[in-house]
Amino acid sequence: MSVLKVLVVDDELGMRLGMKKSLARHKINIPDIKEEITFDIEMAETGEEALEKVASFQPDVMLLDYKLPTMSGLEVLEEVTAEDSEMVTIMVTAYASLETAVSAIKRGAFDFLAKPFEPKELRDVVEKAARSLLLARQVKKLEEERRQVRFQFISVLGHELKAPINAVEGYLGILADKVLGTEIDKYDDMVSRSLVRIRGMKKMIADLLDLTRIESGQKIRSLEPVNVTEIAKHAMETSEVAAAEKNIKLNLHAAEEINMVADSGEIEIIMNNLISNAVKYNRDNGQVDVTITKEDHKITIAVQDTGIGMTREEADSLFSEFKRIKNEKTRNILGSGLGLSILKKISGMYHGDVSVSSQPDVGSTFTVDLHTT
Amino acid sequence: MSENKKNINVLIVDDDIDFLNQTKIRLEAAGYHVQSAESQKAAEELLKTFTPDIALLDLMMENMDGGFALAYHIKKKNSKIPVIIASGVTSETGIEFDAKTEEEKSWIKADAFLTKPIRFEQLEKQMTILLKK
Repeated sequence: MSVLKVLVVDDELGMRLGMKKSLARHKINIPDIKEEITFDIEMAETGEEALEKVASFQPDVMLLDYKLPTMSGLEVLEEVTAEDSEMVTIMVTAYASLETAVSAIKRGAFDFLAKPFEPKELRDVVEKAARSLLLARQVKKLEEERRQVRFQFISVLGHELKAPINAVEGYLGILADKVLGTEIDKYDDMVSRSLVRIRGMKKMIADLLDLTRIESGQKIRSLEPVNVTEIAKHAMETSEVAAAEKNIKLNLHAAEEINMVADSGEIEIIMNNLISNAVKYNRDNGQVDVTITKEDHKITIAVQDTGIGMTREEADSLFSEFKRIKNEKTRNILGSGLGLSILKKISGMYHGDVSVSSQPDVGSTFTVDLHTT
Repeated sequence: MSENKKNINVLIVDDDIDFLNQTKIRLEAAGYHVQSAESQKAAEELLKTFTPDIALLDLMMENMDGGFALAYHIKKKNSKIPVIIASGVTSETGIEFDAKTEEEKSWIKADAFLTKPIRFEQLEKQMTILLKK
């Protein structure tokens, strides 16, 4: 439940009390905002008092009489709209004419109520104001949240990009100071760690560019019939060298032709991500099984590895940006922590999803569902 | 290599393997004995058989406050062992850990805080100060 603060400004006591009574026990429900709204009402007799109450009470809605003794309603309106507040003002007057209405609206009034009015008319106009106010607040809140998410993403990104630079800088410093003497072989481990970190950073930048392109919607999609099996074969060829290094066998279980209308570049990103991950996180002499099936309008790509696997908690946390499972098993594995975010974004474009099932030291299966239209 | 450092046992715990490697190499070159662990868990294991003369602990490892937990362990063994806690830049992590008042310092069982990235000279200076106490 939320309470809207209403300030009633009128020089006639009867009018003030009447308006207060009409609103005091009234409750409104606004669709889109799942909240019941009640009113907290304060009153002012003059324009000067109204301005004081605006400052102290900070109303959400002001019902402002047009004709007030010293300071007119329009003058009050001008003063309050000059301030940067989100208060909504409704002008109330007995001298209802189109001109007065127009001039009030021009000066920043939200709406206009002509005297005499029925309690229902008053409630309706206040309800309209409340709806507009609360929706505007909600929009503002969402924008603020979006800004926060963006800020957080950039902070984390900055941190993630600085980490490899710090690492390489540290190793170079040790080299520069010849801390381990002049024999170059003694620095082999440091050089290879530096290379691992730099490659990781390059991968992160490449993934980041992919992700940005996908999110911005600026990447031009060319949708055409593509053979998913064919793309899987290409991706397996790309990973062949890395697989051979660890003597990992790559198997494909799929019909020769599994067609769908898609952007071939996007399906390539999915396949490359899944298959290169399955190789990277595998053990020596392991295997990778790529299974593609089609059922009605759904294509399922499942990539199973015999690798290091992960715990339930690790699997649950895996899909957040920059998340990488950090342990002695993953230390020398390159990764940006963005690959799965990309997969999720792309499968979302095909009304699909990515899921994982895994067992530590046994292996993981990543499954991507894609829906064809 | 100064002679008086020869018998000083340092424990470094950090899940950033590169930072761990580098600090170990630098400290050993400066004459310290170094034992290192890559996780809070590994450090707890190590502490069963090893008592350091001084410890440098990363704050956030597998647990958010792993460094504090380890500091507590070490201080329970011997409250005189100096403990330095290292943490990432607070503005980046969004978490501020900086003991300002004496009360906070007594609660967080650490003798010094360093913000990463840590220059080796800075670390060694801090260690020297704490070891003199």
